[in-house]
Amino acid sequence: MTAEALRHARYVVTENPVTLVAFTLFTLLVTAALFGPLLVPYDPLATNTLVALQPPSWDHWFGTDHLGRDVFSRVVVAARLDLAIAVSAVALSFVVGSVIGSIAGYYGGWADRIISRLVDTVMAFPLFVLAMGIVAAMGNTVENVVYATAIINLPFYARMARAEVNVRRNAGWVAAARLSGNSGARVLACHLFPNVLPPMMVQVSLNLGWAILNAAGLSFIGLGVTPPTPEWGIMVAEGANYIVSGQWWLALFPGLALMLAVFTFNLMGDGLRDLIDPQRRT
Amino acid sequence: MDRRDLLKAMAVTGGLLPMLKYLPASAAGREGTLLVVTGFGPNSMDIQRSGSNRPSYQIAVNLYDRLLTYGRSERPDGSISYDYATLAPELAESWEVAADGMSATFNLRRDATFWDGTPVTAADVKWSFDRAVSVGGFPTVQMRAGSLENPEQFVAVDDHTFRIDFIRPSKLTLPDLAVPVPIIINSTIARANATDDDPWATEYLHRNPAGSGAFMLERWDPGQQVVYRRNDNWASGTVPAVERVIIREVPSASTRRALLERGDADVSLDLPPRDTSELIAAGGLQVTGVPIENCVHALGINVAIPPFDDVRVRQAVAYAIPYEEIFRSAAYQRGVPMYGATSPTPSSTAWPQPFPYATDHDRARALLAEAGLADGFDVPLAFNMGLAQWTEPTALLIQEGLGRVGIRATLDRVPGANWRTRAMVDKSLPLHLKNFGGWLNYPDYYFYWVYQSDRLFNSMNYANAEVDSLVDTTLHMEVDDPDYAPNIRRMIQIAMEEVPLVPLWQPFLDVAMQTDVEGYEYWFHRQLDARPLRKATD
Amino acid sequence: MARLIMILRRFGQALPTLVGIIVVTFLLTRALPGDPAAYFAGAAADAESIEEVRVMLGLDRSLPEQFWIYLGDLAQGDLGMSISTGQPVLTEILTRLPASLELTLTGLLIAVVIALPLGILAATRPGSWVDHLCRLIVTAGVSLPIFFTGLFLVYIFYYLAGWAPSPLGRLDIFFLPPPHVTGFYTIDALLAGDVETFQAALAQLALPALTLAIFALAPLARMTRASMLQVLSSDFVRTARANGLPPGQVLSTYAFPNALLPILTTLGMVFSFLLGANVLVEKVFAWPGIGSFAIEALIVSDYAAVQGFVLAMALLFVGLNLAIDIAYTVIDPRVSLDA
Repeated sequence: MTAEALRHARYVVTENPVTLVAFTLFTLLVTAALFGPLLVPYDPLATNTLVALQPPSWDHWFGTDHLGRDVFSRVVVAARLDLAIAVSAVALSFVVGSVIGSIAGYYGGWADRIISRLVDTVMAFPLFVLAMGIVAAMGNTVENVVYATAIINLPFYARMARAEVNVRRNAGWVAAARLSGNSGARVLACHLFPNVLPPMMVQVSLNLGWAILNAAGLSFIGLGVTPPTPEWGIMVAEGANYIVSGQWWLALFPGLALMLAVFTFNLMGDGLRDLIDPQRRT
Repeated sequence: MDRRDLLKAMAVTGGLLPMLKYLPASAAGREGTLLVVTGFGPNSMDIQRSGSNRPSYQIAVNLYDRLLTYGRSERPDGSISYDYATLAPELAESWEVAADGMSATFNLRRDATFWDGTPVTAADVKWSFDRAVSVGGFPTVQMRAGSLENPEQFVAVDDHTFRIDFIRPSKLTLPDLAVPVPIIINSTIARANATDDDPWATEYLHRNPAGSGAFMLERWDPGQQVVYRRNDNWASGTVPAVERVIIREVPSASTRRALLERGDADVSLDLPPRDTSELIAAGGLQVTGVPIENCVHALGINVAIPPFDDVRVRQAVAYAIPYEEIFRSAAYQRGVPMYGATSPTPSSTAWPQPFPYATDHDRARALLAEAGLADGFDVPLAFNMGLAQWTEPTALLIQEGLGRVGIRATLDRVPGANWRTRAMVDKSLPLHLKNFGGWLNYPDYYFYWVYQSDRLFNSMNYANAEVDSLVDTTLHMEVDDPDYAPNIRRMIQIAMEEVPLVPLWQPFLDVAMQTDVEGYEYWFHRQLDARPLRKATD
Repeated sequence: MARLIMILRRFGQALPTLVGIIVVTFLLTRALPGDPAAYFAGAAADAESIEEVRVMLGLDRSLPEQFWIYLGDLAQGDLGMSISTGQPVLTEILTRLPASLELTLTGLLIAVVIALPLGILAATRPGSWVDHLCRLIVTAGVSLPIFFTGLFLVYIFYYLAGWAPSPLGRLDIFFLPPPHVTGFYTIDALLAGDVETFQAALAQLALPALTLAIFALAPLARMTRASMLQVLSSDFVRTARANGLPPGQVLSTYAFPNALLPILTTLGMVFSFLLGANVLVEKVFAWPGIGSFAIEALIVSDYAAVQGFVLAMALLFVGLNLAIDIAYTVIDPRVSLDA
């Protein structure tokens, strides 16, 4: 089984060089997130107004910002926070979404109706605007950005889990499990859910990229992460004021990092889909 | 409804002028039209309506007349400023204060008319003043500062003579008539649009100005632009040289700068200090910066929250601040430093003036140790996100400075909407960056708002019996009274010793213009007075 | 008749969602920080006048009472007054909505014009370098933060090259908007026969619409590719090919029309997504749409404005989904509305 999966994985990677690139980038990102603070040449928070707004050079690869902080160090260190927000938000919506979605799909009836209406209500909002509202109302903290991102992602998982469980609910092997004395919850957790997992994993990878964009967009309009904490969205927002005066490096590098991260997750999502379900490739 | 009203109504409802492709000015290029870009626009055409924002004050300045205005003076750098020491006629061509000092009589211009042609009478003035003291909120508070409190004080003697009876003689009364608030409104139009629920026609005047000022409203697209058109019959001053002024809202500071640099805009307001200093360095534009009178950017320390009830801790904070770095990287030197005075006593009665504090970490640590806080403490440092241009870098640098002496500050970004409640009403912020500017340029007026106990802008919860009584006795006193100068010095002395407020710098009001724009004047209300502006090419 | 009943039933299904939206919107705005009474009372107001304003705005009442009053006002079409612009919220939304729609639709149009050929191209050569390149390009597009794309387009095309007009909303400062018919400046200008204003409006639209389009490319191109691949491998296309029809004709008359339905679904989803993403683009380009209005309102805790905006957007979404569902039954009678 595993050997076959590995062979399949090798086939996917060699057949599609793009996926190889994605996995390489992913390793880079994870390294930055795990060891970033140890690797960077400067303290990302230390100001030094004497070297403010210097263009990229040997000493400062990505230049310095308006308070003389090293942009390269800030971009690298920011990877941890941005990835942490995205991963925890997606994990949260994955868990909650698949639980309520499976319940709705398995039991049907009132549970289904209530859950579906709730999910519809969330989906009826422009999602970014809903996230804005939630963070503004609950307060400007990183946790609230995570919750907001989780809430707006929830419907995708709930709907997917509901649909996947629903089509399998009456399959023969499910009926067999039920008849052999398993409780509903047990059938759901041990028999149905594992079958639903693969398509949802693809969704997770694609969603991670989107969650990063969402969190960065919130910081861009001043909601969420508090300075001086390095975060890509905030750095682009701060840098935006300096583009016109020619100090493009303040916004460009964090913007590129952001793009690279999202790009990686999107490509990886594709790669995973090839791995799990070659027919669905788009 | 006559044609002008119709056009106005259409413009206000986001409508359009039929048969007209461009704003008419473009028939002759952009000559005669002044394009001003600003960060925020007005949310009302009526300064006296509750909820009117600061940019709405410019409507009062340009579209309405007051009884009096201030004189002009030239500053050392050649720029023109209003002169708070002299009052000048606007709608009142002359005035005299009664011998007993308890009333003032104003003779109105006989040739002054409102935009619809009706003459301006003392009855209009009386109605307008009654309104200002009765509508409540900001206009009423501002009138009260000039001891103008109830309608019985205002008497229309005849059509062209108006009298104000004083409830007390005060040096603030006449200057308060020249601030933007006491505008003279066309009471015939206003009354026709008043209702039982709304006796002061606030709903009507909110959208439809009715004045006698130098400009009329051509269109108002809320959130986008205001367009003034010249009133050729203006009697209260020299008719403006420009035919039309477009005030366009451009929220992004860098776009405003780009528009100016590319020559698309004539005047840019609300420039961040960094852009200003770079524009000066680049040359090619006119940049005027005048220190804003009676205004200071400062760190407020809440004396009601321990450990800041201990004056030594407050002084330690004052010694821990990296003033030079803040002045360089947050203010970009667009201001007057308010630190590093060599004498511990005030050098003059000027306000603001430099405080005798400079960055001295050893001294700060010693003071903390004396107060039993050698190990430092944790404290949130709050700042208003709405003013992030200067507050954010300043807060970051203060945070670092405090960290050097062991005070661990965390930044608390307060959204603009929440700031008033938390800082002014609840007074619950231990350390906070604040800014206050008094319109009437007297130190005692500043102390009245900021240092007297329980005042709205006293976000430091400061309470000192001596300051309270000094302010009470000095506020209405004439400047040449022998007690005036010693009282002021004493107030400033106490403020320096007790430091509930650590002044950082006195900001400049920066305005950048194309080189052909002439006649700019600095005003205490910080709004653009478009009336004296002209373009050299016209 | 049966179809009408079906459509009515579909409307009925949307009702609980609407109730949910109204409740959530109300609770969300009440939880916003800040005290509108303090804000509304003005710069120098004392505690007493703040209290006066609070009573005047009805903010001293209990939440259920406030909700009841809100429902009553809503039933009369009264969305309240915006604090920040001083105008009725309904007026604001009605004047700003066309700006947002014009921008979004133009963005979508650009995306469709680019994405469909790309998708078809990729579908005809699956696995080739063309296919990979297409995928890489559109994925890169969807990975770009929308505010970042906007900023750099402005920097390059306005500030450096000087090709684009200043990013100042819908029309150059010295133009007046064309007579109001649809609220879309480009269309209104053409209706009025005013080519100059049309060009000016189009020039302003170009960069923000392109920003949106870059983001919308990926879902459209990929759905086109997938849908085309499936159709191309079906029997009737193979038969057409076997009969010797030229490849161009096979693509345009046989394959593409049959691949259209999933593309249409995606189009609907992308449109509603862009309408939300608009918020950031409008901020960057000072576009006077409802998105920029909402951000400003959120920052000053302008209850009525935020409520009105979210409600309007949600209604628009619900309406759009309804319209798409109904459109299906027209395109493909086999689709039942209950599905």
